[in-house]
Amino acid sequence: MSLDRELYKGQTPAWCPGCGNFSILETLKEALSELQIRPHQVTLVSGIGQAGKLPHYMRCNTFNGLHGRTLPVATGIKLANHEMLVIAVAGDGDCYGEGGNHLIHAIRRNINVKLFVHNNQIYGLTKGQSSPTSLQGMVSKTQPFGSLSEPLNPLAMAVALDCSFVARGYAADREYLKYLMKEAINHRGFALLDILQPCVTFNKINTYQWYAERIYRLDDSYNNTDRKLAFETALQWGDRIPTGIIFRNNKAVFEEKIPVLKERPLKNNFNPPEDLQTLLKEFY
Amino acid sequence: MDYTVVIAGEAGQGLQTIGGILSKVFARSSFHVFTHQDYMSRIRGGHNFYQIRFSDKPVSSSKSRIDLLVALNRESIEIHKDRLTEYGMVVYDASYVKKTYQGDEFLDVPFESISRELTGSSLMSNTVATASVLGMLGMDLNIYEGIIKESFKKKGEDIIKKNIDASRAGYDYAIKKCLKCRFSVPSGVGRPGLLINGNQAIGLGAIASGCKFYSAYPMTPSTGVMIYIASKAKEYGIVVEQAEDEISAINMALGASFAGVRAMTGTSGGGFALMVEGLSLAGMTETPIVIAEVQRPGPATGLPTRTEQADLLFLLYAGHGEFPRVVFAPGSPEQAFYLTNRAFELAEKYQIPVLILSDQYLADSQWSYEGFDLSEISFTDYRLRGREFQALKQYKRHLLTEDGISPMAVPGEGEHVVVTDSDEHDEDGHIIEDAETRVKMVNKRLKAKMESIRQEISPPLYYGDERAEIVLVGWGSMYGILKETVDVLSSKYPISMMHFSQIYPFPSIKEHDFMERLKMAQKAICIEQNATGQFARYLRSETGFDFDLKINKYDGRPFMLDELIGQIEEII
Ligand SMILES: Cc1ncc(C[n+]2csc(CCOP(=O)(O)OP(=O)(O)O)c2C)c(N)n1
Ligand SMILES: [Mg+2]
Repeated sequence: MSLDRELYKGQTPAWCPGCGNFSILETLKEALSELQIRPHQVTLVSGIGQAGKLPHYMRCNTFNGLHGRTLPVATGIKLANHEMLVIAVAGDGDCYGEGGNHLIHAIRRNINVKLFVHNNQIYGLTKGQSSPTSLQGMVSKTQPFGSLSEPLNPLAMAVALDCSFVARGYAADREYLKYLMKEAINHRGFALLDILQPCVTFNKINTYQWYAERIYRLDDSYNNTDRKLAFETALQWGDRIPTGIIFRNNKAVFEEKIPVLKERPLKNNFNPPEDLQTLLKEFY
Repeated sequence: MDYTVVIAGEAGQGLQTIGGILSKVFARSSFHVFTHQDYMSRIRGGHNFYQIRFSDKPVSSSKSRIDLLVALNRESIEIHKDRLTEYGMVVYDASYVKKTYQGDEFLDVPFESISRELTGSSLMSNTVATASVLGMLGMDLNIYEGIIKESFKKKGEDIIKKNIDASRAGYDYAIKKCLKCRFSVPSGVGRPGLLINGNQAIGLGAIASGCKFYSAYPMTPSTGVMIYIASKAKEYGIVVEQAEDEISAINMALGASFAGVRAMTGTSGGGFALMVEGLSLAGMTETPIVIAEVQRPGPATGLPTRTEQADLLFLLYAGHGEFPRVVFAPGSPEQAFYLTNRAFELAEKYQIPVLILSDQYLADSQWSYEGFDLSEISFTDYRLRGREFQALKQYKRHLLTEDGISPMAVPGEGEHVVVTDSDEHDEDGHIIEDAETRVKMVNKRLKAKMESIRQEISPPLYYGDERAEIVLVGWGSMYGILKETVDVLSSKYPISMMHFSQIYPFPSIKEHDFMERLKMAQKAICIEQNATGQFARYLRSETGFDFDLKINKYDGRPFMLDELIGQIEEII
């Protein structure tokens, strides 16, 4: 039994008509309602960008923080309350550029936080500068000679770092995206779900049509526990772009390694210690 | 009786262990103890020293002259021998430093060969050295033996016995050979004291205040706070996380605080620079956080292991936009302990960032006390939890209220959702852009809270002659040295100290007329460890009062008592 999706109803989105973000938003609501996760049982942490506005357009606990800093905030929330589902919602600029370092270390920690990246290969909110995933040569007002650097391949990077869950979805393939979101949420450990998201206003290269011509779903025979195969698959980009769970590795989760969190969430232990005398004695 | 013992040598020679043990022995013998450390930013080599002053009267600063120098290498003798007092002594191991010094002030104790003879290795040389100091001072050995038994309990009887044998040998040797020693240490009266440094006091204060989350990135001289809390994490149910950088550290702490626990981070100036955007985020989202900034000399990497008070104005103004904050600058470990507790209380009550400004001098200096009054520690849970939260008909994280304080609920403990935003937001926490809400929110977040926060701030501490003609003004770690300066000079001049530890908001002059004392004084001297007189500037901007006399030190080293007294007498 799914929960009523009205439960998650938020403000009216201020995104451009046709934006890929709409389907990501609706799909997320569907995934949560099918998993029967109530609004107060999930915290969305977002940064700044068009993607970062998503939590305002639904109803759930929200920390909309700074540009690039979703993962540290999400990590702090998860450590203080590991019973809470914590999803970080970020743009490609947000978490592959400004906050790139945090991504590396969130993967290393394997904190049980989900990262959903709205990857439109562009800076949307700031009106169309190239992003870390923009294709080489993409011309913008700040890159008049075209984006000179090579695009980042976040999935290959994540596989290289032995990330415990690596997947790619496509905003317009909603059924499959919902499946991927649910798998990511149910996975125990850090999950990176990169979602290709057409930006109808600023990205005139990676359009719905561009994606439609290239995207395919990994089929059932694909072995997503084989890291070498996963790396190879993650490197595929161009004429054919795979979507699906590229890599999965069930390893120990960060919070579970912290003895203090064994019995109950940290937040339930908010009182100061009763016996301070013992602490003080050590200084004599 | 007032002796200064200095242990000097290279990094890695164990001078910290010797210094740590000796100061503990002195404190347990019920003397007043003050120590400070001078070390270089390197793991091996260089020149470091550990300075201990102990007395039967209260001490709170260091002096330039040395009564007993424990020299672990030749360089230490060369560097410090001119600092010896009239009957000062140097103890050293001539065969180890490969030179024998002539003169009554030198005592050669073969630390290494005594250790070898008794235990077959040179590992106990420092035990021999420590005990020889106690022999020279004519003190008992039993307190030290007690410490040996405690610290090697896990290593077993054999190690304990070897150390005790080595200590007895060093002790006896020193007593027999040190015919020139004129030290006279009375047997202690009073109770054994506790010995604590500034970093430990902040850590202890945090734990006592119910801090459950500490995230930081290591940076000297602040790392001691993290190390102390980490060492207690398991026992006291605290999560301590070493973040990938300071930006992450502050954002993690804010996440933890949002989720319902008291959270803290700590760093030094450079790391704090990276945290500044996060500080502003705390302001906007009204998320409580305590930040310890343990200063070292800047700019940039500066002098990593030395001391300065040059981040004051940076801290007062750090962060884009306008939001309330509190800045404390404790003057001693005792003040650091109580003010850290106050920091947590105010951060939680007003949902603001509170900064504790310390420095390397305070961080690494140990003070002795009879004890701390734990009944002074307060704890109020300002969060909306469980049933109380569930019972609400509706919930708005940033509800407009008279006093500006909105209910702060723990997400997940009720059906209502908790929403906050770094964008300007409405009462629900959702992003807005309209002018009317903006103004309401600034008034709530900043203006409504500011006056009540100011009421929480205590006036400066005044010490000395009530009608002083000379007033020494200082803040933060200047407390101990100024207090002792007043003690020394009060026989000659009508002199006093005014010490600020609650820095921002500036204490209300309407309620406490402390400025009168400055205006009445013939000479008000502002004494700070920075080049530009930042506190003097701050005080002028708040009160219009201009100091005509200032003493500024910015060589990275703390003031010595006699040095400061000399400088004061020169200008008055
Ligand atoms: C520290 C900081 N630097 C820059 C910005 C301006 N800024 C806001 S969002 C953004 C990039 C947005 O791109 P992306 O993260 O891909 O999100 P999108 O809008 O495309 O969803 C930038 C540069 C900011 N808010 N904060
Ligand atoms: Mg983008």
